[in-house]
Amino acid sequence: MTTTVQTIEAMERPPVSMGSRLEGELLEVSMGPQHPSTHGVFRMNVALEGEIVRKLKPVFGYLHRNHEKIGENASYLASMPYTDRLDYFCSMTNNWAYALSVEKLTSIEVPERAEYLRVILAELTRLQNHVSLLGFLLNDMGAWGTPLMYAFREREKVLDLFEWLSGSRMMCDYMRFGGCRVDATPEWFARAKKIVDVFPRFVDELEQLIVGNEVVIARTQNVGKLSPELAISAGITGPMLRACGVNYDVRKVDGYGFYPRFKFRIPLGEHGDTYDRLMMRVLEMRESIEILKQAFEQISDGPIINPKVKIRAFRPPVGEAYGRIEAPKGELGFYLISDGGPNPYRYRVRPPSFINLTILEDMCLGHTVADVMVILGSVDIVMGEVDR
Amino acid sequence: METLEEIKARIEAAVPGAKIEIAQNASPSQQHSLKVDNEHAYDVAKFLRDDSTLRLDFCSNVTGVDWLDRTVKQTVKVKKIVDGEEKEVAETTEVKIPGYLEAVYHLYSMTHKHGPVTIRMRTADRAKNVCLPSLTPIWRSAEFQEREIFDLYGVQFDGHPDLRRILMWEEFEDHPMRKDYQEPDDYEYEPTPHDDVLEKAKRHFAARPELDGAEKITGGDGSLKR
Repeated sequence: MTTTVQTIEAMERPPVSMGSRLEGELLEVSMGPQHPSTHGVFRMNVALEGEIVRKLKPVFGYLHRNHEKIGENASYLASMPYTDRLDYFCSMTNNWAYALSVEKLTSIEVPERAEYLRVILAELTRLQNHVSLLGFLLNDMGAWGTPLMYAFREREKVLDLFEWLSGSRMMCDYMRFGGCRVDATPEWFARAKKIVDVFPRFVDELEQLIVGNEVVIARTQNVGKLSPELAISAGITGPMLRACGVNYDVRKVDGYGFYPRFKFRIPLGEHGDTYDRLMMRVLEMRESIEILKQAFEQISDGPIINPKVKIRAFRPPVGEAYGRIEAPKGELGFYLISDGGPNPYRYRVRPPSFINLTILEDMCLGHTVADVMVILGSVDIVMGEVDR
Repeated sequence: METLEEIKARIEAAVPGAKIEIAQNASPSQQHSLKVDNEHAYDVAKFLRDDSTLRLDFCSNVTGVDWLDRTVKQTVKVKKIVDGEEKEVAETTEVKIPGYLEAVYHLYSMTHKHGPVTIRMRTADRAKNVCLPSLTPIWRSAEFQEREIFDLYGVQFDGHPDLRRILMWEEFEDHPMRKDYQEPDDYEYEPTPHDDVLEKAKRHFAARPELDGAEKITGGDGSLKR
């Protein structure tokens, strides 16, 4: 080994002017997989020109456990608790999407009370998902800790409700084919109503933190713009799509569950930038609260599960079905092919956050490294679902 | 929305030479699908997206399905002369259907808010002719999902801009979602594979001395090479 002795002259740096000197020189940086703002084990290969992103390739699969293969080797019901682990923030909506697809495959009727319970739990899930997303996003922008703790305080109240009902905070495993597993007691409803009643006050508080905040505006407005044409072509769904001004919500379009019975609006953005995506979550929370209030009024007593559904030897007829719901992150679909056996022949999850990552590069090009974190945060990914 | 028969007739009028079959779905979901031939799949997809009444601009779900070789029993009534009399006899024949890989696309319209229309394409077999045309130029949402099919099923998508593995790592060799996939060895709980597990791994993976390097350091008798 030979060593070269650097002279003092050689170590002195030439004056750096970001614009001219680094032009054309690309530096490849691997961001992640272990990075607090990637929300899991997610990596981006970024080519930088100075601070500007010129190319970005997402790399993932670190959490891949071939969920679909496990689903094909397990009976239909055995996959239900496993769907909780997809998007571990929203196990209730994952359960619902899977139950809905199996119900389509076998034409199972769901009792009225169960449909209402499903709507209530899905909207509570939406509340806690959006709340924690906003907390994380503010965390990414440098508001270290405090807003996230506010958000988690509220999220914890909803999770307490889930725990009371299903026995688990996050891995709820609550829904069954043709209904739900356990009934909610009047005390549960009283508690849920109380939480929903005071929730708008917290949303106001959180909105106050965001709307006029100079830092938030500087970091998010005109950052990561997405055109509606590209969003539609790339299959973007959920709040991200609606932030571009495309009016498409599976709750309205398919009218699954009892959603046609509720009066609610679909908030739409105008610019498709990160700020709109942030605000979309705030506005959606307000609509969710409206749905919840109506559902609490409309729900009546009755059975919560269809007694005709077989638990043992559950074998759907030969055929296939694709069912989808509006999960908090976008359109969550399950595609099932049955060959008449006790396991699905094909079990496919259409994960919204995986497909929403398709245009990550398009949104980040031309922005700085610091913006990439904010843009990625506004996509709202959960690696359990992306990698499956 | 139009029925699948109407859509089929209109595709055949718009894309000359396209062979479209309606694949029936016996399930109560009533989601039948259109089987599209590979040569015209791109044009058919373009038609489905751009046609003003269909406008299927949103490709929601793209997925692969692996179908192994199957034998299907078919009962055909054949006229036969039995004891000098002509009789109709039911004959059961076994038909072998060779396996293939399938790509399934679920299409919706965001403009007209209808759907789904399901289209499917099939490869010629499961071993060598595993090429399908990529529909990523039509619907960008197929980009990652076709990569996933390539990764987990081994379907080659012609015309895909960036066909690489997506969930498994680059050096991985097999396609885990195939029905006949054999897991190599359980390295998850076997940090230094030995005995049965090692044998299983050797059967699965061909030796790669240039990568593994063990052969280069030691001689055959276990001594260190100089």
